[in-house]
Amino acid sequence: MFYREVGDLKTTYRSDQQVLTITQERYAIFALLAFMYAVVPFIADDFWLNTVIIPALIFSLAALGLNILVGYAGLISLGTGGFMGVGAYACYKLTTIFPDVNIVFHILASGFFAAAVGVLFGLPSLRIKGFYLAVATLASQFFLEWAFGRIAWLYNYNDSGAIDAVNRSLGGFALTEPYGDTKFQYLVTLTIVVFLTLIAINILRGRFGRSWMAIRDMDIAAELIGIRLLPSKLLAFAISSYYCGVAGAMLVFLSLGSAEVESFDILNASFPVLFMVIIGGLGSIIGSFLGAGFIVVLPIIISTVPRFFEIDINSATVEHFRFMIVGALIIFFLIVEPAGLARLWQITREKLRLWPFPN
Amino acid sequence: MELLHQIFIGPFIEMAGAPDLLVQVVWEGFVSGILYALIALGFVLIFKASGIFNFAQGIMVVFGALSLVGLHELGVPAWLAVILCIGIMFVLAVTVERVVLRPLVNQPEIILFMATIGLNTFLIGFGETVFGGEPKTMITAELGLPTGVTDVQMLGGMVSFQHIDIAAAVIAALMVATLAIFFNKSKIGRALRAVADDHQAAMSVGITLQQIWVIVWFAAGIVALVTGIMWGARSDVSFALEIVALKALPVLILGGFTSIPGAIIGGLIIGISEKLAEFYWGPMVGGSIESWVPFFVALIFLWFRPQGLFGEKIIERI
Amino acid sequence: MNVMVTDPVQQGADDGRISDEVILKVDNISLSFGGVKAIQNVSFDVKRGEVRAIIGPNGAGKTSMLNCINGFYHPQQGTITYKGTARKQMKPHIAATQGIARTFQNVALFRGMSTLDNIMSGRTLKMKANLFWQMLRTGPAENEEIEHRKFVEKIIDFLEIQDIRRTPVGRLPYGLQKRVELGRALTMEPTLLLLDEPMAGMNLEEKRDMSRFIIDANEQLGTTVALIEHDMGVVMDLSDRVLVLDHGQMIADGTPDEVQANQAVIDAYLGVAHE
Repeated sequence: MFYREVGDLKTTYRSDQQVLTITQERYAIFALLAFMYAVVPFIADDFWLNTVIIPALIFSLAALGLNILVGYAGLISLGTGGFMGVGAYACYKLTTIFPDVNIVFHILASGFFAAAVGVLFGLPSLRIKGFYLAVATLASQFFLEWAFGRIAWLYNYNDSGAIDAVNRSLGGFALTEPYGDTKFQYLVTLTIVVFLTLIAINILRGRFGRSWMAIRDMDIAAELIGIRLLPSKLLAFAISSYYCGVAGAMLVFLSLGSAEVESFDILNASFPVLFMVIIGGLGSIIGSFLGAGFIVVLPIIISTVPRFFEIDINSATVEHFRFMIVGALIIFFLIVEPAGLARLWQITREKLRLWPFPN
Repeated sequence: MELLHQIFIGPFIEMAGAPDLLVQVVWEGFVSGILYALIALGFVLIFKASGIFNFAQGIMVVFGALSLVGLHELGVPAWLAVILCIGIMFVLAVTVERVVLRPLVNQPEIILFMATIGLNTFLIGFGETVFGGEPKTMITAELGLPTGVTDVQMLGGMVSFQHIDIAAAVIAALMVATLAIFFNKSKIGRALRAVADDHQAAMSVGITLQQIWVIVWFAAGIVALVTGIMWGARSDVSFALEIVALKALPVLILGGFTSIPGAIIGGLIIGISEKLAEFYWGPMVGGSIESWVPFFVALIFLWFRPQGLFGEKIIERI
Repeated sequence: MNVMVTDPVQQGADDGRISDEVILKVDNISLSFGGVKAIQNVSFDVKRGEVRAIIGPNGAGKTSMLNCINGFYHPQQGTITYKGTARKQMKPHIAATQGIARTFQNVALFRGMSTLDNIMSGRTLKMKANLFWQMLRTGPAENEEIEHRKFVEKIIDFLEIQDIRRTPVGRLPYGLQKRVELGRALTMEPTLLLLDEPMAGMNLEEKRDMSRFIIDANEQLGTTVALIEHDMGVVMDLSDRVLVLDHGQMIADGTPDEVQANQAVIDAYLGVAHE
């Protein structure tokens, strides 16, 4: 009923290896993109764009980055916040040093700095794995937090000790927060996210993606079919950190406007992004988006629901409740569906494909 | 050259020049090392018996201390508050087993690890909702813990020893001894070791996993409570301690995830090295390097000995 | 690839498959873990084109021997000469690039991946398109992917596993998993294929299928095979020469008939007390 797959046959390997093999789904995605570009800017007000849609898109990118590392390559990392911070601070320094270069270029370039730092801190993955590696990634997190706070050159010796707002434009229009127009920021964010997601999909379904999954599932067997562990793991660290770095830069320049160390510390960045990946689904691209959307929307729901019932609730309490609910939800999801929202979507999809027949 | 001298020689000249100061710094490191070791110890208990990497151990420390102070603020006498807190730790252990561990039995270990991160987050929110987010002061005097300070004349200077620190060292030693006896001599202790070796084998000879889990989480909870009291007596009680508590993790890398002596020696190495680094090398780079030095010490160590101080070399089979 | 049903009886005889070239020569290998001596002074060789069996009771050091050959374990003593190059120790990566493929006693598939992806991963070494093309997935990257897909589909046809192409291998029954694992090894187009108990835990029918695939791989693809197997019927029918290990030591080496008649072998299997 919902799916009509009869006659949707593939006669070449080329068409069989497309991202979306079901023609209907391809149209659905095009329709969704058209909606995101042409309709959302007109129906969503600045509040929605600023507090929900743009952060959700940016965090989706970070979650996608972390998912490449944890979900695909099987390397646990608790250092996401640090890598996002590297992107943000690198972008800030780039705008200072090369003020005439376009900001979008800076944002995309800042990811490379994060990638370099990611490779450096990925080196221990040669010798250690599992929980030991998770602890090792905390080394990068705490070192980077320290560096952001203590190395004054990184924040241009500001008295505030923070990255302050920078006014940059794209195509003659002011872009960066708080100078730019929110709808314009949204469109730029969406474009970068769509572009980088496509690239991630391509990498993941090619030989690199397969190598990572092979290492994740059984590293010894992967080695014996000729996959070199260290270069593959470092590449995973590099690409994952690139995504996190770009997300960090976007977070500062397209969403927050200014940022300090706390924006990238373990509680504000590393854990939430990890939660997005878990709740969304390890090893799933669509899961990264679902998880990010969920975690971004959650505090808004928590603060809105009591107001709806006219209960007065202060922001500190909202924060406490958010922690409790997120923590409980993590456990709940792991028990009910360890594969996350992505798996729920997959099950729904299978049911829809067979509907109205039971399966 | 100047720089190299400053990094590799200067600090040692400084140490030799003022040995009393060195002793003071080492003592400070020793005491924080004990506290790291205690957190790591609670962690090792759980990991040994269930193979679960309990990320929430640090939070359990804060949670225990916070409950104690919170109860006392409500007018409960100190001794009763301690007993009630032990009860709270028991309830926590039972709840964790029922709600988190039992439904997740036989899941991959990464899933259980993630679940403890969820527990970590939940406990932060829960603790702050119940007791409020602002820092509290530990009820040191009410618990009968010593508060004075003894200055000892030595090495041409004065070294001060806080009594609470000495008490911490003694209590930690007693607790480790008790746990060692418990594990090696008691029936439950032997059962725990059996479970650690092989879950399924343990189940097949009639040891119920559920009870064992409750016991280890409860034991870890008591260790956490004691650690929380000691720690709270040296600084404020607040969830900011959580970040500090994460420094128990490099201790585990050093000592191995399953070794109690490893946790203690690892804790002392981490504690002393971080204080030395902070005091003698920190000022060169703007200070506060003790937030990351422990992790780097552990990483460098790990490079040469991936199995940890007391771990056995793992032979992978295929 | 046309699959013929081959009469196993033919296998014992040299029918021109086997050349005189010694492709692998293991010289005086010793391997120990701490105090445990897994292999002691074992030497043997494998000729190009032959099916070489390694048998022995549990704990005889058979799997350890395969692990030494493809570089997963490093023997303390001895040399491994492969394709004319003598090495003290093999490295897994060199073994893979030089055409040694392997299956495992306890299936070592990539459980989260589909059958197709598992077998495609065997082509990793042969894929060259760089990251740039991979990112865009056009040009060399896509063409290459299609080329290798064609080859992989041949292997899938050969092993008759078309219907499980998209199934995650973790969900497959054991017998099929073993088959997929063989597929992954064959996709590497190996010169030397190491099979560790390819028929363990299979029923008669599955064993017959597996034997057929091994024979076809050997005869039609010209793959040299070294296999460990406990089913003596299979070993005696399939192999050209048999090496017998017990307690890490070599106790016999020869044609199936010779080995079967060897008193030391009979003792090892029937459990005569060691002196």
